Amino acid sequence: MSTVDNVLGRVRKLRVPQRFVPLIATAVLVVLLFLYGNANYRSFEDAQVLFNVFISSGALLVVAVGMTYVILSGGIDLSVGSVVGMTSMICAKLLASGLPAWLVLAIALTVGPVLGLAMGAIIHYFDIQPFIVTLAGMFFARGMCTWISLDAIPIKDPWWTSVADGRLRFGTLYLKPHAIMALVIAVIAALVLAYTRFGRTVYAIGGNQQSALLMGLPVARTKITVYAVCGLCAAAAGVITTFNITSAEPLRGIGMELDAIAAVVIGGTLLTGGYGFVAGTILGVVALGFIQALITSDGSLSSWWIKIVTGILVFAFIVLQRLIGVRKR
Amino acid sequence: MSADGSGTRPGDPRAGQLGAVWTRIYHHQLFWPVAVLVALLVLNVSYRPSFISLTMLQGHLYGSIIDIIRHAAPLILVALGMTLVIATRGIDLSVGAVAAIAGAMACLHISKQEDQSSVAGVVVALLLGVLVALACGLWNGVLVAGMGIQPIIATLILMVAGRGVAQLITSGQIITIRSPAYAAISTGYWLALPIAIFIAAAVVAVVALVTRRTALGLIIESVGGNAEASRLAGIRSRRFILLVYMVCGLCAGLAGFMLTADISAADGNNAGLWIELDAILAVVIGGTSLAGGRFSIGGTVLGALIIQTLTTTVYAMNIDPQTSLLFKAIVVIIVCLIQAPAFRARIARLARWGRRPPAPPTPAATTPDLHEIEVAS
Repeated sequence: MSTVDNVLGRVRKLRVPQRFVPLIATAVLVVLLFLYGNANYRSFEDAQVLFNVFISSGALLVVAVGMTYVILSGGIDLSVGSVVGMTSMICAKLLASGLPAWLVLAIALTVGPVLGLAMGAIIHYFDIQPFIVTLAGMFFARGMCTWISLDAIPIKDPWWTSVADGRLRFGTLYLKPHAIMALVIAVIAALVLAYTRFGRTVYAIGGNQQSALLMGLPVARTKITVYAVCGLCAAAAGVITTFNITSAEPLRGIGMELDAIAAVVIGGTLLTGGYGFVAGTILGVVALGFIQALITSDGSLSSWWIKIVTGILVFAFIVLQRLIGVRKR
Repeated sequence: MSADGSGTRPGDPRAGQLGAVWTRIYHHQLFWPVAVLVALLVLNVSYRPSFISLTMLQGHLYGSIIDIIRHAAPLILVALGMTLVIATRGIDLSVGAVAAIAGAMACLHISKQEDQSSVAGVVVALLLGVLVALACGLWNGVLVAGMGIQPIIATLILMVAGRGVAQLITSGQIITIRSPAYAAISTGYWLALPIAIFIAAAVVAVVALVTRRTALGLIIESVGGNAEASRLAGIRSRRFILLVYMVCGLCAGLAGFMLTADISAADGNNAGLWIELDAILAVVIGGTSLAGGRFSIGGTVLGALIIQTLTTTVYAMNIDPQTSLLFKAIVVIIVCLIQAPAFRARIARLARWGRRPPAPPTPAATTPDLHEIEVAS
């Protein structure tokens, strides 16, 4: 413990606020992963590897950002992966039936928040654990997927495919439109969380719901809104998925809730709520993406190592949070 | 609770007596699980009368009900371990991964044997699997009891990494085995009944005896009620939390044997997939509170049977299996709402309004008014 105290003492002398330590640790991890990859693999030779993470994990980024809100408020949402699948199925089905693209977008982005709103209301008003309510939501949304169609549905709408095929070039590097959408959503979510009354209330509820209530903060409204926001993010992620692969299948997004929770934890957010940043979550998604890229670049490691390394990282960051004493009093 | 009782308070003595019996049944811990299970069975019989029939074929009993119990056996085991964990105010998300790991370990050992049907080899394989499952439980227990990490997060680590470990054991392949001795765990028969039923029943009996005939059950409940208070009362809370996670790992491992024996193959990706969710549902349906502090083993067994019956019902009605998730979602929400005190209070208030619509909310204030009217007239 004495060495830990020494380190802590030095950290304090550097005047780095303690709440930023997990965030910095994640940033250091991302840089180290990049440097290691850069030294060993050709795919890491320029920043395109970072852009590729946003292209392939854009949906995960948006889901994880929504999850950050819910976890900050002291809850959890297990339904996000299924909502991603359900939204992409709704998009593909409605587009196949000939509805105009703008109407499909509007409908797709409504269903997720409505489900989130319903779950949030049940969680708050009937005082049932978020875990079990969102579990039911997960079953519901996944059931809807197969109810819509048992098979994959291709998307042939001209506007949709033109967005999917778009490339934005920055010199030799490029991004796809859906990756930009994901980044814009993440930045907006970060700003809302940091600079609005709603954002501060989310932190307050996660810190101590009773205190937040006694301070006269709108606990009920905020808690329910948080689940609606998470549903909206999951729905947006579902739309982003359809841009990424221009088709939808009923099993899309299985296990995504776990990846999202892992990204949030690696990003330094406390799972008991009240502490964390959207920026950390973005770094967490990038770290997961880099690990995936490293393992696929190295031909000798099999794909299941991704799961094991993710588990080890989650473990390491939880221990880190313990050590630096960022915890609920 | 008092709101429900108010329905029987007024009325004549005869109704009161019947009412008292009814109230006792209604308030019994297992009333709702039994009611739901009976409703599901009645639904099945009315849809397909042959559902209830049992036939004897070559000394084996066959029938839908036997099938349901046999397929529910792994779920019963996992849910049993989960019940104890939840009673300590914990949760174990890793049971599906642990089942996959234990099953993979056992199948790997058997697949390496020259004579796969040798009983000795199978016993060694089972022991190896049990050891691995116990180690997984120990890992979870150390994280929760030793390091004080919240259970949902501590077990999430193994849930994420465990599938990878299972695939590591099987080298990413699906290991198929040809061992009648191992397959017997799930598909074998003894005394006209599937062996899986006996295994599940034996484990349930042991756990029920140990927890309810010794102080262990009370200790687990007191740890779940308030770990710090029970520590001050002289209970080594941490030791019992560790024990409970190891028991949960063991149960998951046994379920893993059944799942892999059923198909004579170990699939690191899909063995026991989502069983943790079904197990938690079974526990909640059975009336064990997720807040810890009390548990019901009978309720959990009923809960597991309800979930399996629901699945079988959906199959029998030619609905796509995936769509059965919709029905599960609806059942979960209904059961949780019925059990939630906040929801009961609300419904009770609504029911009281409905029963006496003309009566104003404050009868005391209105009676004088009536007297005044009488006096005035």
